[in-house]
Amino acid sequence: MTATGATATVELSGLRKRFGRLEVLRGVDCAVWPARVTALVGPNGAGKSTLIKALLGLIRLDSGRAVVLGHVINGGSGYRARIGYMPQAAHFPENLRGMEVLGMLRALRGAAGGEDLELLETFALGPELDKPVRTLSGGTRQKLNAALAFLFRPDLLVLDEPTAGLDPVASGVLKDKIRRAESAGATILVASHVMSELEELARDMVFLLEGTARFQGPIAQLKAATGESRLERAVARVMTEGAK
Amino acid sequence: MRALLQILRYQLHDAARSRWILAYGLLFLLLTEGLFRFGGGGERVVVSLLNAVLLLVPLVGLLFGALHFYNSREFMELMLAQPLERSVLFGGLFGGLAIPLMLAFGLGVGLPFAWHGGGGGPLVALLAVGLALTLVFTGVAFLVALAFEDRAKGMGAALLLWLGAGVIWDGLVLLVILLFSDYPLEKPMLALTFLNPIDLGRVLLLLQLDIEALMGYTGAVFRRFFGSEMGVLTSAAALVVWTGAPLWLGFRRFKRKDF
Repeated sequence: MTATGATATVELSGLRKRFGRLEVLRGVDCAVWPARVTALVGPNGAGKSTLIKALLGLIRLDSGRAVVLGHVINGGSGYRARIGYMPQAAHFPENLRGMEVLGMLRALRGAAGGEDLELLETFALGPELDKPVRTLSGGTRQKLNAALAFLFRPDLLVLDEPTAGLDPVASGVLKDKIRRAESAGATILVASHVMSELEELARDMVFLLEGTARFQGPIAQLKAATGESRLERAVARVMTEGAK
Repeated sequence: MRALLQILRYQLHDAARSRWILAYGLLFLLLTEGLFRFGGGGERVVVSLLNAVLLLVPLVGLLFGALHFYNSREFMELMLAQPLERSVLFGGLFGGLAIPLMLAFGLGVGLPFAWHGGGGGPLVALLAVGLALTLVFTGVAFLVALAFEDRAKGMGAALLLWLGAGVIWDGLVLLVILLFSDYPLEKPMLALTFLNPIDLGRVLLLLQLDIEALMGYTGAVFRRFFGSEMGVLTSAAALVVWTGAPLWLGFRRFKRKDF
């Protein structure tokens, strides 16, 4: 589509998923291109989280095809060694200490490419790692959550509302980290409701509405098409037009 | 295999620090020790423990099992975002609870016998039934938690199952006997016993202990049909099937589950 000659890191075609009577994904076709930040945007209930879960193989698709990092999602788990996932809210086994959670992930994934301890250090999580996770504050958990997503230098980062619950300083640190990961060649998919943040970070956007990808492509193109200079307005325009 | 051991290791760490499992073990320890102090010999303690084991072990297995599963949801999501097969995660989650529960029960009952002595065959049977029931009902609890997305409904269902199998069952059996007393009931009763692992455990223990008075209708039928030794073997084999069935069903469901 846009990136000439490159293969997409994530390629979804005709993704459908129904939970009981509710059809959450109604044929999503979209792609995420390598080495850039793509924003995943849409109103509540548009299917963002379901889409992310589909990429990770957490849900079984009713139909459609998802190819992630060249691997067709069909129940295998090996490809996830190259994905760093930061869920909206991470919960860890409550009696374990941070260090043990870290140890468990290390044991599961190994660290062939060496570990990226930058966030652990910048967030000064060292002393927190010795406490049981349940005693940590929500913000501290979220920092740990972020640090774990980047820890194994993944090729694909999937971040679900990454800055929710972080203070401004921490959220700034995380955004800088996302930018550095991008320039290091990582592909990053960020789901968020904070348009100003996405405007800073993302080059591409996938806009989900009622279970389909209503827009996908460079954000600049969206702005040009809608004649709006601010992303928030441009998205609002697509949303109201979609409702017609 | 390595991944399974890792998950197990961390789940066990987690469980070892849970006060509830410790309390469960202590309860059996105090109960057994108390019975020794008040009631004398090993075999008599086994008889006194029988009902406590048959009721408490399934209750704790069901409640802790369902609770553990619901509490582990986010952990499962975190784990399934890693390069980890679902079968491994399921095994780790199950073992991570069943093993500490079995240890707590085994040590709680076993330690007092170790220092007071006595018990013998009946003690071995009691321990075996308790361990088997732990596996059965933890497995059933996982199955229940998989069937109900809603935690409150799931916990309710687990509790109802326990009431049904542990308490109401005997009344139901009596009712059937009363209503159909004109018909030959041996075989239907026998079949009923196989449907309830708690009843199976009770029959097995009473056959082993050879206590006529406590045996009840199903136990008596069982003995008449199989004889004492075959009865023990048959009920033990049925219990083994019971440990596998819920786990297998749960595992199949787990593999298809949406997280």
